[in-house]
Amino acid sequence: MTVDDVVKTLNLKVFCGEEGLSRQVENGYTSDLLSDVMGHADAGSIWITLQSHINIMAVASLKELAGIVLVKGNKPDEDTIRQSNIEGIPILGTDLEAFEISGRLYQLIRGA
Amino acid sequence: MQLEYSIEGGDFSHAGFASSQVKRVLKQLNVDPKLIKRVVVCLYEAEVNVVAHAYSGIIHVLINTNEIVMKLVDKGPGIPDISLAMQKGYSTASDKVREMGFGAGMGLPNIQHNADDFKISSNVGEGTNLEITIKL
Repeated sequence: MTVDDVVKTLNLKVFCGEEGLSRQVENGYTSDLLSDVMGHADAGSIWITLQSHINIMAVASLKELAGIVLVKGNKPDEDTIRQSNIEGIPILGTDLEAFEISGRLYQLIRGA
Repeated sequence: MQLEYSIEGGDFSHAGFASSQVKRVLKQLNVDPKLIKRVVVCLYEAEVNVVAHAYSGIIHVLINTNEIVMKLVDKGPGIPDISLAMQKGYSTASDKVREMGFGAGMGLPNIQHNADDFKISSNVGEGTNLEITIKL
């Protein structure tokens, strides 16, 4: 499954990093603590968070995540968008809260 | 091979720069990706600590055939009680830093978990030194 498949199935907004929509999605991780994601997220994960500042890109890039989903209508900061485009790691968005979108993503990745 | 980077306290927009540079070098050297992941977690956490707590810092990364040694020397307030700082969940980070998703008291434990050898020493009012070793 690619990030693009996830975008279409879960009806997510694509803010930036379109080049990375073909990345493979292996897993998901939901957390707003950056050290938690650094310590525990797997490569190829979609990261669900409400954090929108530039440091999420450093974490996503270092951990080789597939993409980031911002919850509850949060939008990425401008420098975050720039970095997402440079790294080719997409930042996606939803109006849903973390619990709801995590459940849907889990079903999509692990459910079938 | 020796690499050196400087860090400025409070400059969160560049936190992770040294980690990504070191990661790139290690990839070029065909280092085992599992080891690279551990190096990156350690160095990123250490970088963020300097940005969040200190005034400035220098990172020295020494890569040789059997180990990678990362030394971080900062000028800052220092740590009065290192054993407390090493406890999971203990943090002195400001509210602003916590709002960004840092300061959860996970950084130093993350480093210890991923390092083969980890030394930390600190002088209050002067700064903190870290030496993180990962064996190849």
